[in-house]
Amino acid sequence: MRPFRYERALDESTALAAVAEPGARFLAGGTNLVDLMRLGVESPEVLVDVTRLPFGDVHETVDGGLRIGAGVRNSDLAADDRVRMRYPALARALLSGASGQLRNRATTAGNLLQRTRCPYFQDVTAPCNKREPRSGCSALEGVHANHAIMGWSERCVATHPSDMAVAMAAFDAVVHVVSRDGGRVIPLEDFHRLPGNEPERDTLLEPGELVVAVELPKPTYGTRSTYRKVRERSSFEFALVSVAAVLLIEVGEVAEARIAIGGIAHKPWRAHVAEAALVDKPATEESFRAAAEAELAQARPLRDNAWKVELARETIVQTLLELA
Amino acid sequence: MTVTERERLIGAPVDRIEGRDKVEGKAAYAVEWSVPNPAYAHLATATITRGTIRAVDATAARAVPGVLAVITHEDAPELADGSGELGILQSPRVAYRGQVVGIVVAESSEAAREGAELLRFDYAVEPHDVVLTSDHPTLYRPDTVSPGFETDTVVGDVEAALHAAEVKVDATYSTPAEHNNPMEPHATTAIWEEDALTVIDAIQGAFFARNEIARRFGLDPSRVRVLAHHVGGGFGSKGPPRPQAIAAIMASRHVGRPVRLALTRRQMFALTGYRTPTIQRVQLGARKDGRMTVIAHDVWEQTSTVEEFAEQTSVVTRMMYAAPIRRTTHRLARLDVPTPSWMRAPGECPGMFALESALDELAITCGLDPIELRVRNEPRVDPESGLRFSTRNLVACFREGAERFGWAERDPTPGIRRDGRWLLGTGVASSTYPARKWPSVAYARRLDDGTFLIRIGAIDIGTGARTILAQIAADTLDVPLDRIHIEIGDSDFGRAMLAGGSMGTSSWGSAVVMACRRLLLGQDEALADTEGEQEESASKHAFGAQFVEVAVNMDTGEVRIPRALGVFACGRIMNAKTARSQFIGGMTMGIGMALLEESVMDPHLGGFVNPDLAQYRVPVNADIRDVEAIWVDEVDTAVSPMGAKGIGEIGIVGTAAAVANAVHHATGVRVRDLPIRPDRLLGKLPR
Repeated sequence: MRPFRYERALDESTALAAVAEPGARFLAGGTNLVDLMRLGVESPEVLVDVTRLPFGDVHETVDGGLRIGAGVRNSDLAADDRVRMRYPALARALLSGASGQLRNRATTAGNLLQRTRCPYFQDVTAPCNKREPRSGCSALEGVHANHAIMGWSERCVATHPSDMAVAMAAFDAVVHVVSRDGGRVIPLEDFHRLPGNEPERDTLLEPGELVVAVELPKPTYGTRSTYRKVRERSSFEFALVSVAAVLLIEVGEVAEARIAIGGIAHKPWRAHVAEAALVDKPATEESFRAAAEAELAQARPLRDNAWKVELARETIVQTLLELA
Repeated sequence: MTVTERERLIGAPVDRIEGRDKVEGKAAYAVEWSVPNPAYAHLATATITRGTIRAVDATAARAVPGVLAVITHEDAPELADGSGELGILQSPRVAYRGQVVGIVVAESSEAAREGAELLRFDYAVEPHDVVLTSDHPTLYRPDTVSPGFETDTVVGDVEAALHAAEVKVDATYSTPAEHNNPMEPHATTAIWEEDALTVIDAIQGAFFARNEIARRFGLDPSRVRVLAHHVGGGFGSKGPPRPQAIAAIMASRHVGRPVRLALTRRQMFALTGYRTPTIQRVQLGARKDGRMTVIAHDVWEQTSTVEEFAEQTSVVTRMMYAAPIRRTTHRLARLDVPTPSWMRAPGECPGMFALESALDELAITCGLDPIELRVRNEPRVDPESGLRFSTRNLVACFREGAERFGWAERDPTPGIRRDGRWLLGTGVASSTYPARKWPSVAYARRLDDGTFLIRIGAIDIGTGARTILAQIAADTLDVPLDRIHIEIGDSDFGRAMLAGGSMGTSSWGSAVVMACRRLLLGQDEALADTEGEQEESASKHAFGAQFVEVAVNMDTGEVRIPRALGVFACGRIMNAKTARSQFIGGMTMGIGMALLEESVMDPHLGGFVNPDLAQYRVPVNADIRDVEAIWVDEVDTAVSPMGAKGIGEIGIVGTAAAVANAVHHATGVRVRDLPIRPDRLLGKLPR
């Protein structure tokens, strides 16, 4: 492990000033960053600890939504009554992630910003464009049974590992960001990028920007939501495929549908094609299947992961049926 | 607990003697011993799969503050025996990705690691081949299979018998490479003092390790002492010394200080052995009533170019069932991979996955209950040796298990039981493991205060061995447990079996009984050696029956295990608490083998790509719901004077087959390749 400097920021401006130094990174729960430092994947010069910043609360917005501080721990967010009642898919997604110990450490912003678990990204002796731009992608022709089926590029076929972000995408969340130049709001759906020619960039965040909150809009009255995570073991495991679905059904027909899929792309995959196909259709298995198939018509499986297309289809169908 | 009566000790659920120390963090493992002025070493490992080191650049490594020394093949001491996996740094050749190519010694473990990561090698890279196939061009017939069995056996005209059989099964099964992953990494503290060497090692056998280390360094064994008071799991991977022990010793001699060296989890995947992947063809011929006339079990597996390891995968088929005509074979491909080694029940574990899956297929073909099929093929004597079995209670295990598991109500039709979107099924398989022992030495002494000192070179790798040996001593001497002081884990205590092959209790316990009996005859101290003891001539094996219930999600192919029951016949059980832990631990590892465990080889890079516990999955608590192990009454004094057989390995044998058989019962899909991943079920499940 390379030596690094540690600084604890007590307010936003100090944090933003500290992170302006070359090689500086924010540190929150550290559950991913510190692992990657041990592996030599990340080697920051300075760690700016932002856990003392006043971003540890969840509060209601004037519009009836929920503003979640960047520093709110995953376990606290999952236990928040307002999250459990109004955004059950988010509570379920959070509780399906990692382990109890990790959820106690991990923060909202840290969860969004966690890196892919692609094995080649974590192995500094293997080529990886995300870790070392233009070194090549080992997964494209290598071991990739769990890699992306949507939106990948020749440069990178990794998937985003978060559960929480998938549920937030389905709730039309937005990310509040500040920098020394001011602040901006980024829809969560756009926050994470597809790899394209720059797989080293996971998100739209610019250097020096700090995530301060994620805001969830007020859910439409009568919507139901849930989160289904498919995995090989019952706990402490990333999703093979996961689905967050928010559904409003009126007189047997789908009035509103928002679906996000995890484990299949470089970002939480918002299934707009499926959503459009569902609106005004009867809330039946037949409609759900047609919608899932329409979405997955865009899938481009790799040599060894065509099975994930079927898994994604069936998981979408079953998740929607649960809400119908 | 307080135990005062003799009969209550052996078999009683006595707490581990060192349990409290472990919970409080007081039990010192290999790199936790307090030693004066320790230095720390970290290994540099090859980033290519095959080739030769052309040049070493240690400039950056040596420049790391705190780095004391860099050792590579250019300046490493020549070993007296530099062959095989322990012959580290003896040449510039690289035979597999992850092989040791350098040692960096520093004032801190962080500096050593940083130095090792900055050590640069210029390689002449050669093409590599790391994928096992059953028609691999390097396939050969090893002289023997581990630990010295005949490679092939043939009894009768197999092809003619298969041709003539009324009912046949011909199926090919595969198991992937699997890694042991004990919690404590392989780790060593090495201390040179005036030409005497002390090695505190994460090792399963101190005595064997001492001899091996002495031989490698050309030392008189009397100048080497190996200590291992607490070892955090081994499962076979800590059987022999591993490269980190050789490296720590080299480093300690080089810097003239004690050196601590612990492997990282990732390094363990290349340097500490693993279970070879296997490809197994099983052919069964039987009469319509299920009585087998012929069994053929042919195995393809891998070894490395560094040294040979030949897993004895089909050896178990030689004694398991009563077919008069039998063939077993083993072929090895020599690949550019780390050398496979021991992993819990080497041979029996992968072999019984194939054999017990094939038995299930035969039962279905014959329309017979799978338990009844096994009863019909129960041999009267060991089919291979013709010897009587000292005890063989396989059928009793099945009967007891069937009763408790509710087997009688089972409808054999596959794919018809549902709970919501989950398909339910049950399956069984046989377990077995040899019951052997090896000559060991024990010392017993009566102390002035009425207590007793017992010393034996046993190792407790978390099994409860220390506690059991104290129980055996207390019962033999007819005293309460608190009057026994037991000391283990020291090669100076003399020859002792390693904690492996399920032979610890029988080997060490026999020596402890012998030493204690001499005290009863009036001696104040006794050094007992079971070498040369007359062994009763019989075929000695433990047996068991595994019952598993599975739930398979019909949409996603996820497999969960609501219930598992193991019934075992392993002679007299020494400690009900630690025995249960061994059995359910083995069964849990078997469930991992069935559903999760798989070391994935990247054919291009040439290494295992999932070398950590996030990617190499083992079951977690949430995966193991209702798991229970029980045992039938059995005493086998042909194996040991306590009547005990070993129990460390049998729990994993057959479990994966029982899971696969239950998955077939649930879904109608026969999965012959482990692990049973969702992608192997998707698209085939009844809806």
